[in-house]
Amino acid sequence: MRNATPEAVRIYRRRQRRNRFHLAMSVFGMGFGLFWLTWILWSLLSNGFGALNLSLLTQPTPAPGAMGGLANAILGSVMMVGLGTLVGTPIGILAGTYLAEFGRRGWLAPTTRFVNDILLSAPSIVLGLFIYTVYVSRAHHFSGVAGALALALIVIPVVVRTTDDMLRLVPDGLREAAIALGAPRWKMVSLVAYRSARSGIATGVLLAVARISGETAPLLFTALNNQFTNWNINAPMANLPVVIFQFAMSPYDDWHKLAWGGAILITLSVLGINVLARIFFQQKHH
Amino acid sequence: MSHSTVANLSPIGADVRIAIRNLNFYYGRFHALKNVSMNIKSNKVTAFIGPSGCGKSTLLRTFNRLHELYPQNRITGQILLDGVNVLDKKEDPTLLRARVGMVFQKPTPFPMSIYENIAFGVRLYEKLSHAEMDDRVEWALTKAALWSEVKDKLKQSGYGLSGGQQQRLCIARCIAIRPEVILLDEPCSALDPISTAHIEELVHDLKSDYTVVMVTHNMQQAARVSDFTAYMYLGELIEFDETDRIFTKPNQKATEDYITGKFG
Repeated sequence: MRNATPEAVRIYRRRQRRNRFHLAMSVFGMGFGLFWLTWILWSLLSNGFGALNLSLLTQPTPAPGAMGGLANAILGSVMMVGLGTLVGTPIGILAGTYLAEFGRRGWLAPTTRFVNDILLSAPSIVLGLFIYTVYVSRAHHFSGVAGALALALIVIPVVVRTTDDMLRLVPDGLREAAIALGAPRWKMVSLVAYRSARSGIATGVLLAVARISGETAPLLFTALNNQFTNWNINAPMANLPVVIFQFAMSPYDDWHKLAWGGAILITLSVLGINVLARIFFQQKHH
Repeated sequence: MSHSTVANLSPIGADVRIAIRNLNFYYGRFHALKNVSMNIKSNKVTAFIGPSGCGKSTLLRTFNRLHELYPQNRITGQILLDGVNVLDKKEDPTLLRARVGMVFQKPTPFPMSIYENIAFGVRLYEKLSHAEMDDRVEWALTKAALWSEVKDKLKQSGYGLSGGQQQRLCIARCIAIRPEVILLDEPCSALDPISTAHIEELVHDLKSDYTVVMVTHNMQQAARVSDFTAYMYLGELIEFDETDRIFTKPNQKATEDYITGKFG
């Protein structure tokens, strides 16, 4: 083998130095992010752990100084997140399917994709105000339905985007193979492309659920809050994020404690959903 | 002179399954097939050879109108399958694809079980009972020389098979709907030599029941398995004849240069 020239050695050394510098910057960046994250989690756990007990799940929010829990807020959150997901997911999947499978020519799909990306990054408070204007102000009352609609508006762009992305990852060879067998296009999409992309799409839906579980702003103008346990989705509804917001701003210690408890519940359920999403997505890749 | 019109093009006899007349094909503005005419005989293996980009895959993919998936593609001329022009807009492409099956370069098992891979195509055309479907799946897998290897794992995913097995699964899937013509687009180019030998043997057996048209990059493969060979270059059909003749006494100097490896 030829010996390295001094020139080559110099270039190599420089590359090594730059490598070390960039590696150090990356590690520092990671450490910086992790530092705040652990601090947040730590304060959440140390403050909220004591608030976790059974009455949190069984009793409704109390008046100041009384005993209580978060049962009404948990129920409201589950109902509104569930309804929002139920409304938003089919619309999102159908729209994403159009973008990836049927809208390959023309201007409609690229335009829709662009608008969807804007909606994806729209501040959620804007979506809440929108539902307030078109629904709440006309119905003349806050309600769980309005809250669920606002959440659905957040779900739709997330699901559109992931469905579109995941379907576009399906190789065209698979589509051609189904078409070459004589399958009509809709069967190719529903029986082959969806199957190939389903773990990715399911992951997208779960991430959308995680995203709306913690949304406060769109619920402030729509579902408002309710001190009592309420199964009527047409009435104002309690929900965890708004309860946390109100209780944390209050001067009462026992309300603070409940707010911490609620924060822990949301964090744990979002964590659980994320883990579930990971498991779903990994099934595709083994 | 133009090579495009093959001099010895015989009239369409009873033994001709596919007759191609003055076929021109455009990818947008690119003229990919130039006035191609040829007769493909029933129950024979016809191979298309030629360097990359010569149009052999493009030609093959017009036989089942797969080119229609992409709107910028344009085609003129005729492809007569048993005397009927399949390019006619009145002809239903789905029914055409039931008669003309295709296997691709890369194995394309569907994301479902081995059994379901076969049943998928059959269900598009026939309503079979469970027992009949079981029989059909076994028949197709046997025909594709895969049955003995997969009969105990029909419920498992098709992705668990080796590349060669996946390709035979795709052949079985294609056979299961009982087509008349089978198109093979470089079916062995992603496979190891042993799997390739399996597929070649299979192709040889298939011609008793089917008309087989295959694209191959591998000239030895064309010589081994085909009865007729077409040599294409830059979108033109340069020479089309019996394989023995193409490989021993080609008419065109260009064909001879290609098969002797002076070019390509």
